[in-house]
Amino acid sequence: MSTATRSLPRTIGAHAILLTYTAIALFPVILVIMNSFKSRAGIFGAPLTPPTPGTFDLIGYATVIGQGDFIHYFQNSLVVTVASLFFVLLFGAMAAFALSEYRFRGNSLMGLYLALGIMIPIRLGTVAILQLMVASGLVNTLTALILVYTAQGLPLAVFILSEFMKQVSDDLKNAGRIDGLSEYTIFFRLVLPLVRPSMATVAVFTMIPIWNDLWFPLILAPSEETKTVTLGAQLFLGQFVTNWNAILAALSLAIMPVLILYVIFSRQLIRGITSGAVK
Amino acid sequence: MGSLNIENVKKAFGPVEVLKGINLEVTDGEFVVFVGPSGCGKSTLLRVIAGLEDSTSGRVVIDGADVSATPPAKRGIAMVFQTYALYPHLTVKNNMGLGLKQAGTPAAEIDRRIGIASSMLSLEPYLERRPAELSGGQRQRVAIGRAVVREPKLFLFDEPLSNLDAALRVNTRLEIAQLHRRLKATMIYVTHDQVEAMTLADKIVVLNAGKIEQIGGPMELYNSPANEFVAGFIGSPKMNFVDGARLGETAKTIGVRPEHLTVDAKSGAWKGTVVHAEHLGADTNLYLDCEKAGLITVRIFGVYNAEPGATLYATPDPAKTYRFGADGRVLK
Repeated sequence: MSTATRSLPRTIGAHAILLTYTAIALFPVILVIMNSFKSRAGIFGAPLTPPTPGTFDLIGYATVIGQGDFIHYFQNSLVVTVASLFFVLLFGAMAAFALSEYRFRGNSLMGLYLALGIMIPIRLGTVAILQLMVASGLVNTLTALILVYTAQGLPLAVFILSEFMKQVSDDLKNAGRIDGLSEYTIFFRLVLPLVRPSMATVAVFTMIPIWNDLWFPLILAPSEETKTVTLGAQLFLGQFVTNWNAILAALSLAIMPVLILYVIFSRQLIRGITSGAVK
Repeated sequence: MGSLNIENVKKAFGPVEVLKGINLEVTDGEFVVFVGPSGCGKSTLLRVIAGLEDSTSGRVVIDGADVSATPPAKRGIAMVFQTYALYPHLTVKNNMGLGLKQAGTPAAEIDRRIGIASSMLSLEPYLERRPAELSGGQRQRVAIGRAVVREPKLFLFDEPLSNLDAALRVNTRLEIAQLHRRLKATMIYVTHDQVEAMTLADKIVVLNAGKIEQIGGPMELYNSPANEFVAGFIGSPKMNFVDGARLGETAKTIGVRPEHLTVDAKSGAWKGTVVHAEHLGADTNLYLDCEKAGLITVRIFGVYNAEPGATLYATPDPAKTYRFGADGRVLK
């Protein structure tokens, strides 16, 4: 370690700040996971202590697995999230490519229009969306959720990806054109691999709000068949009695899939396989 | 089999006119270099020839066929880019073969052509590598190889040496010259470096602000530039321009190349003081501040010792002095 750029008090200070922040950020998550393994008495008696042999209880998980169709809810959440993510990335990247690559009348206006959704929350349109779904017979289907989430994710995706696509070398795309590649091949084979890190960024930002959303599942697809995990967990929140064991267990389980998806995408963020293409 | 005609090609981006009516004829087997300052439209012209940009008006004719509406892949051209533009996910071999594969050439034929091209460019040891595993010079050779295997009617080079370091640049320049001699193909080469233009070209096209200033062989441009711009652009160090009125001449501007001036310590036409001397070994560049002519450059072959502040007389060679009129054109 060179002393010219780092000093011990500075290093300690930086680490102290980072560790504090990590502790604050992780505290609620750890609290949820910890208490999900405790009995009801244990949760209320000493909420901040880890499970001891006396308070350790899997009753929460047993309830979740036993009562309600939780595996099915998970499946629904996963289908909705993955499908929406797929469409957001596909259409977002294609729109971004068109905006950054082709000169046409109204290009920048179109870009602005597509990015407008970043500033206007899609929930403002809930009533209209519900009417639309009723009219098209899509209420209580996962399709309804996928459509809404795709619309919700697109503005940010187009905005971020078009910035990144502008940085892809024109020469590379032109080389492909001279070699007779179609515009689709150029997009899928040359451009997409080069913007993979930014795709991963968009994927992470898009995925988490979808997975956690309660609003649209509650309004558009509240049926037993189409319940998502967040909606399913509401089952245990009663007006008079709340089954805390089951809620905490359900939440702990709900963290897992997003965590796995996040790990997959963050690997892509780090990987620098694209260097050496140009320059 | 590789002629090119450009007829009154114009290109505008919105209100900005980048090419203002270009007419050019390139015969089979010629090495033509487009040269000019940045922003003069030389790269745009190359892109129009390649079909990567549509011209606003005018025709591009390759081998007698109007290709103005033909996509790049069908024009029978190959292009080498400044940034190499190799496909990062493909090996050297597949990089070179992709164009042929897209055109539906049989695999055996593709292999044969890759074999010839890679031995020509000594790329055989690298055929299975990816671009990331190659050095800059090797990458540019792969890019050239990718053009060679297509056996195009027309080779297009877009500043291919700009990203290479000085030593590699000289080597690769030599390789391109040899390649042209071996293939006898028509090549069009864009550069802003007049040394590359002078050393490679059969014919140089000097462009400025979207117009052709002059077309001619390297020596033709050097010896008889049509106007002030060409005279200043070709030759290094740059030609000295002196206001005609200060010298009592009728011409607007008098031009004389640094190598066509002689210096003497005692007498001469223009008296001046040495501002700076650059000793390059083979020759010496002197910067003189002259009473009549202003700041001029003198190039002396061999070593010449002159201290800044010393008084010297510079004399232009009258046979090699150019006279330019008010419109910048050479006065005969």
